[in-house]
Amino acid sequence: MNWMNRGAMGAALLGALSVAWACSGGDSSRVLIQNKGSDTLVNLAQAWAENYRAVKPAVAIAVSGGGSGTGIAALINGTVDIANASREMHAEEKEQVRAHSGKDATEHRVARDAIVVYVSKANPLEKIKLADLACIYAEDGTCQSWTSLGIEVPGCADQKIIRVSRQSNSGTYEFFRDAVLGKGKDFKLGSRDMQGSKDVVDLVGKTPCAIGYSGMGYITSDVKVLCLAKDASSPCIAPTPASAKSGEYALSRWLYMLTLGEPEGDIKGYLDWIVSPAGQKIVADTGFVPVN
Amino acid sequence: MGSDREHAGGTHDLGRSRTAVAAERVIEAVIRICGFSAIFFVFSIFLFVLLSGSDFIIHRLDIREFLLSPEWVPTSVSNKRYGTMALTLGTFSVTGLAMLIAVPFGLGAAVFVSEFTDGRTKEVLKVVIELLAAIPSVVWGFIGLVIMNPLIIAMFDAPIGLNVLNGGILLGLMSVPIIVSIGEDAIKAVPDSYREASMAMGATRWQTVVHVLLPAARSGLLAAVLLGVGRAIGETIAVLMATGHAVQIPHSPLDSVRTLTATIASELGETARGSDHYQALFTIGILLFALTFVVNLSADLIVRGVRGEQR
Repeated sequence: MNWMNRGAMGAALLGALSVAWACSGGDSSRVLIQNKGSDTLVNLAQAWAENYRAVKPAVAIAVSGGGSGTGIAALINGTVDIANASREMHAEEKEQVRAHSGKDATEHRVARDAIVVYVSKANPLEKIKLADLACIYAEDGTCQSWTSLGIEVPGCADQKIIRVSRQSNSGTYEFFRDAVLGKGKDFKLGSRDMQGSKDVVDLVGKTPCAIGYSGMGYITSDVKVLCLAKDASSPCIAPTPASAKSGEYALSRWLYMLTLGEPEGDIKGYLDWIVSPAGQKIVADTGFVPVN
Repeated sequence: MGSDREHAGGTHDLGRSRTAVAAERVIEAVIRICGFSAIFFVFSIFLFVLLSGSDFIIHRLDIREFLLSPEWVPTSVSNKRYGTMALTLGTFSVTGLAMLIAVPFGLGAAVFVSEFTDGRTKEVLKVVIELLAAIPSVVWGFIGLVIMNPLIIAMFDAPIGLNVLNGGILLGLMSVPIIVSIGEDAIKAVPDSYREASMAMGATRWQTVVHVLLPAARSGLLAAVLLGVGRAIGETIAVLMATGHAVQIPHSPLDSVRTLTATIASELGETARGSDHYQALFTIGILLFALTFVVNLSADLIVRGVRGEQR
């Protein structure tokens, strides 16, 4: 369970913080930056926060997940300093930020990601077209069984496709919906909506009939990654750092950190460090793609 | 204290000092407030939930769509739909299956603990059953996800193990301790003279239980079962983790479902305060409120009916 891991890590972080706080004798110059949002970004954000302690011990960063929508809502309500998002902000969200704080939200590109589509190891499928994905996931899609895609999955009862998706406040959910199903379209009801990227990978790995999608940082060897073709005549592109960076892979996107107005002081220091070579090295280490 | 004043102060205040009398008044007032606070809290919560959803309910709620449409698509860009039929049926199916498991097990255990054991075995059983109630629901959910999911796939050849069956078994086990402890109290409360009379007529222990004790304790047993139902309807995190969280009307115990509670839990955090989606979730809260109210009210009426009959 990723939120349990996250909880445990959070508790450990909190413990470490309180020890650090006690050692510094409650130094009032200590700064705490609140950082919340995207589940896709949460592991990376945590890695940044941990590494930043060595860079600048006086600044502590508290990281939590919950989904891009949750992070942006927290930014609107003024409870976080930095929100993480795996999608761009909606126009109405920008409007709400302005209405609540009087400032414009600033989007900082902190990493590049590809949404990877995968099936269980038992599935013979190697590649998939965007149109087939839409046929599986979209409300008006008709692909119910693996046989309709011309394959047979061993160990899968009835050959029924088990669609694994994300809960609706996920940025990955919205990006996939807009990029694969098309603007204004909806997912077909009846998909299993998981609460985090790691849960999707876990479930697809254990379920022969399943197909799922999530950010490239979460892929394990338990699932089989598919290459993606834009249409029948296009080549099939595997999600790699190079194809995500060039945009050749159809489902590549930016990951953002959002602040109220232009960042200042310690928040600016932190964001500058994140896009510096030291911060971007951690991006590559956690399985995502550096910004430059 | 005050005993030396007893004779001087007269008998009407029973010889208590003024401070003792005053203290008693204060304590009485505090207890009174505690008693009425329950009413206050219930009504304020109901009012809060109602007011939070009121704008949506008055202006945009299509009650037929809300209750009878299975389509719950609150985040759609082009066509938002707020139908809770699939969610309500999800809650009912999981709760129903849970009760199929919990009622026989719970009542059986209650009879056994109350009538067929004593001494050490009884104490150990009671403590262990109460321990079962102390397991946090997130741990149950974890068991559903990690242990039951692969088990159900292997045993039933199901495409996925996160389904009604998984959630029903977990909720059943979670409801058992409540049914056992209240059911046992109900059976224990049947006067011993009933048992003695039954035995004296030559009835076996089994006949005594079935024909004398269970009918005599039925109002208490019913209350036990309905509290179990209430527990099952309201449970959130375990069903969120174990039922697959899929908006669809279940056709078999091996289908994934989503419940009313799980929907509120997973979606409320994201919504902007005051938006339609936010208010629709509160409307689901009102629906849940109404469901549990109906369960409790019918329990109350049935129990009263049974009592009236006995008189």
